Parts: sequence; C-alpha cells; structure tokens
Amino acid sequence: MAEPISRETHRAYERIHNEPQFAELKRIYRGFVLPMTVAFMVWYLLYVVASNWLPDFMNAQVFGNINVALLFGLLQFVTTFGIAYWYARYSASKMDPLADGLRDDFEREVGQ
Amino acid sequence: MSTQDVLLAASEESNQALTASLFALVVILTVGITFWASRNTKTAADYYAGGRSFSGVQNGFAIGGDYMSAASFLGISGAIALSGYDGFLYSIGFLVAWLVALLLIAELLRNSGRFTMADQLAYRMRQRPIRQAAAISTVVVSIFYLLAQMVGAGALVALLLGVDSQAAKNITIVSVGVLMIFYVVVGGMKGTTWVQIVKAVLLMFGTLLISVLVLAKFGFNLSDLLGTAADASGKGQAFLEPGLKYGATATSKIDFLSLGIALVLGTAGLPHILVRFYTVPTAKQARVSVLWAIGLIGTFYLMTLVLGFGAAALVTGDAKDQIAASGGNLASPLLAEAVGGGPGTLGGAILLALISAVAFATILAVVAGLTLTSASSVAHDLYANIWKKGTASEKDEVRTARIAAFVIGGAAIALAIPGQSLNVAFLVALAFAVAASANLPALLYNLFWKRFNTRGALWSIYGGLISAVGLVFFSPVVSGKVDPETGANLSLFPAGVDFSWFPLENPGIVSIPLGFFLGWLGTVTSSDKGSQERFAELEVRSLTGAGAEK
Repeated sequence: MAEPISRETHRAYERIHNEPQFAELKRIYRGFVLPMTVAFMVWYLLYVVASNWLPDFMNAQVFGNINVALLFGLLQFVTTFGIAYWYARYSASKMDPLADGLRDDFEREVGQ
Repeated sequence: MSTQDVLLAASEESNQALTASLFALVVILTVGITFWASRNTKTAADYYAGGRSFSGVQNGFAIGGDYMSAASFLGISGAIALSGYDGFLYSIGFLVAWLVALLLIAELLRNSGRFTMADQLAYRMRQRPIRQAAAISTVVVSIFYLLAQMVGAGALVALLLGVDSQAAKNITIVSVGVLMIFYVVVGGMKGTTWVQIVKAVLLMFGTLLISVLVLAKFGFNLSDLLGTAADASGKGQAFLEPGLKYGATATSKIDFLSLGIALVLGTAGLPHILVRFYTVPTAKQARVSVLWAIGLIGTFYLMTLVLGFGAAALVTGDAKDQIAASGGNLASPLLAEAVGGGPGTLGGAILLALISAVAFATILAVVAGLTLTSASSVAHDLYANIWKKGTASEKDEVRTARIAAFVIGGAAIALAIPGQSLNVAFLVALAFAVAASANLPALLYNLFWKRFNTRGALWSIYGGLISAVGLVFFSPVVSGKVDPETGANLSLFPAGVDFSWFPLENPGIVSIPLGFFLGWLGTVTSSDKGSQERFAELEVRSLTGAGAEK
C-alpha cells in the first residue's frame, strides 16, 4: 500500500485537481518545461555530436586561438544560465501566484 | 649532498609542514562546525533534512559543496592539462545537467517527498518493494561515488604530503573515513550542510584566485593562454580541438557520446543531490537553491578551463612530469605553485598548500554527503518502513541512521583500501550512469505519467541498475584492455583474462534508454491500476505544495 492520508485530505486534493486554476497551473508549467527540456537536450547533443563528427566545423578558428569548438562550449554555459534565469522569471510571475492561491485554499480546507 | 640539495630538501620539508598545518586547520574548523550544528539536531527531520531550515542561498552553496567533487576540481583540470579540449565535455555535461534538476525535479520533489528518494516514489506505489529497490540503488550509486572520492583522497593526500608509501595512503583513507563518519554521526544533515557550505566558499575562493593569477600572466587574453598551452603541450592546435582523447576510433567516439548522455542525465538522479532539496522550507526555496547552484557550479566549471589550460601552459620541468605521472590529478595544485612563484619560493609554497587544503576540504564535504544519504535510506526506507513497518519511533530511526553511517563508512573504508587501483574518473562516470539509468526514469515517470505503477518502477530501477553495472563488468574497463603500443594491461583484471564483449567503457547509451524502456514495459504489462488513483493527489501536491512536509 502507498502512504496513507486522511479522507479529508484526499477530498481536498481531489477538489483542487478539478479546479480550473489547477489545470491552468499545470498547463503553464508543462508548457514551459517540456519544450525547454527538449530544446536544451537537442542543443547539448548537437554539441557532443559536432565534437565527434564535425571536426572541420569545430576546428575552424574564429580569432586568434579561439576556435568554434571553444565558442560552442562556452555558448552551452550562456544558454544554461539564460534558461535558468528565464525559468526563474517565468515561474515567479506565472506559476507562483496560482500555486500559492491553491495551497492557501487547501490549508484552510484541511485546517493546517 | 651539496648545499643546494640540503636547502631544497629543507624547503620541501617546510612546504609539507605548511600543507599539513592547513589540512589540520580544515579538520579543526569542520569538526568544530559539526559539534556546533549537532546541538540542534533532535528530530528525524533535523537529522535527515537539517530541520528544513536552510535558506535557498545556503542550500545553493551546500549543493555546490556536495556536487563539485575532487574528481571535478582535480580530475577535469587534469584532463584538460593532459589531453586538452576533450576534458571540457565533463564541465559542460556536469553543468547543463542542472537544467534537468531545475525544470523537472527540484521543486516537485521538495513538495512530494520527505527524507529520501524512495519517499517520492512510495507516495503512489506499493511501499515495501519500491523502498527496497530505491534503497539498493541509492546505496550502490553512493558507494561507487564514495569509493571514487576515497581512492582519490588516498593518492592525493599522500602525494601532497610527500609520503608516497602504501601505508601512508591507507592511513589517509582511514582518516578521511573516520572524519566522514564523525561528521555524519554527530552532525547529521545540519553538520554536513555547514561543512559543504564552508567547502564551497573555500573552493570558489581558491579557484577564483588561481584563475585570476593565471589570466593576469597573459594580460587577461584567453587566446594567448590557449596558444601558450598548445605550444607547451607539444601537440599544437590539436590540443585546442576536440578528439585528442576520444576521437581515435569510431568506438571511442560513441563512448564519448555515451559519456555525454550519462553526465547530462545523471545529476538529477544522484540521491545525495536529491536529498538536498528537502533541507529548505518550500519549493520556491528549492528553486532558489538550484539557481544559486547553477551560478556557482557554472562559474567553477568555467574556471576549470583556465586551470587546465593554465597548467598546460605554465607548469614546466619536474612539476610537468609529476602532473603526467598523477594522471592529471596534481595539475591544479602544481599550477597554484607555479603562479605563486614556482617551486622553492614562498609564494609557490603558500598557494600549493592553500589549494591542497581546498582539495582536502572538497573530498571531506562530498564523502560526508554521500554517507549521510546512504545511511538515511537504510534507516528510513529499509529499517523504519520495511522492517518496522512504520512503527519505529523517531529516536529509534535516528539512532539506526547513525549506526548505518558507521557501517556504510566502515564498508567504504574496507572497499577503498583494496580498491586503490580503480580509476577515479571511471567510478564517477559509473555512478552517473547508474543514477541516469535506474533513478531518473522512475522519478520522471512517477511525476509525469499517470499510468506508471509499481512494476514499472521496479523494472526501471533494477533494470537500469543491473544493465549499467553489468555492461561495465563486461567492458574493457574490467578485462581485456591492453595498451596498443606498450602492450601494458589497462584493465582491472590481470593481463590475459578477457571476458569483455561490450565495447564501450561508458554504458549510458544502452542502459539509460533501457531503464526508460523497462519502466514503460513493466507498467503496460501490469494490470495494477492502484497507483493511478493517487496520481491526482501527487500532481496537486507536487505542483502547489499543498500538504508538503514542513
């Protein structure tokens, strides 16, 4: 058996699950993280594949001793920082107000 | 002996005394912190999760301290110093991996779990089999990782203190093990977290200092640094291009891809990282933790590039041979000596001692986190929930966790001493491969797939675990690898024994998809619908934090 919870808590979860705000929260969350995960994985794998199989492209020198491989690698840092920052902004403005409201309702309902 | 030799020997001795004093300082500082933190450890939530009282920023530093291991600090800079650009893949994979943790795992896990990885899965699965599987996987991943750090510690500390005998290495491993048991038994999660925070600050300060000194030598011109490194390496431009290490054959290229996949998917399945999300009060703070961790870890891995190429460019003479002999592990410490003024100078001695002490603190913080995570899973999942069926008192549970920390720490010492011939980078890569193959599929399916059930979870955990470890067992790492030029044996097993049939050293490219596939197959072949009823609850709880542990 899974972890037991009280009947009252169970009802509160069921009710929230049927709320339109919850459907909206889920849509907003998944709408961001799923495409973004696919995007950064493809971008990262592209880098690994290029390192392996595209030597002419990666070894091209851009300026001085800086080649495409180094810039591509550094760009992975830039995109990682960028996506993290974007998600922080997005979640704080779009997700948190909805989640906070639903949680407050829940806590009132089960008397926590 | 000439006067000069005597002088050199004397300065060598005083350098080692300096290094030893800084090591002692690290020990005194961390032991003091542990005692201080232990005063407020009373409940199970205190012991396992630091009372969930850490702020996001504190936890971000602790995550950095938990994650940036000696294998990263010494191993990556060493790999870059020896084989150039290819070492950079580790830095990138280890960082990008944090996006998986940020977007898909951290907040949801904080809201829906309690103390261990298994708590999250057990929420809607059959408790006993799932906790058993998750506990086994937790202990296996942590032991591989632990062995890597302890074997590395033995080799490193002995070298840095200039006592390169087998006995000295064994004493080092035992000392590191005893300290780690002490932190975990006495300090619990609070003590361990503070040790990790202190270590992260020391590590960031140390690497930043050396990086700035290296870049200053080249007038902050990265291109000059790279050019000098390429010339000094004797390999020219190829040193700055991908493929020097992994580009030799079609097989080694696929190995590189396999490693890249394991690195990026492993992080979010590492149990000692997952439990860190429980140490903050809310999911928002868990998010803040990961954002800080990404900032710290990203900055750190950018600096490994400077350290690695810096070591290739600036370390010369005997020290350069020493880097090669250590498999690259001494690149950062010897670079510190070089930028401080070189061997025999006061500046060189101080920086060498400083960076060595940072490496030592790094090892201690990581092994403590691993031991705590394993002990928590044994006590909370196996003892309290399976054996005692949830009837154990909190006091009883925490006492069991402390005993488990003793046993696991002792086992790690006992395994590390005969395991000193194991390759450190291989052990870390294996831990990541197991985490990505066994833990990540189960966690993601559980959070995102309604139909997922107990059989699917068990198949993906055991299937991923067995296939990752099994494929490595039948790989050239374990048997049948010889150096094509010298004919020397490069495998774990003695020369002449060859039962390898899996050509890759990194199993991820096979075992990770297999873990996901088995999770799906186990689920759809089972008629178990029980877990679907709880999915709505899990969704609400994980996304809103309603009813989350406080």
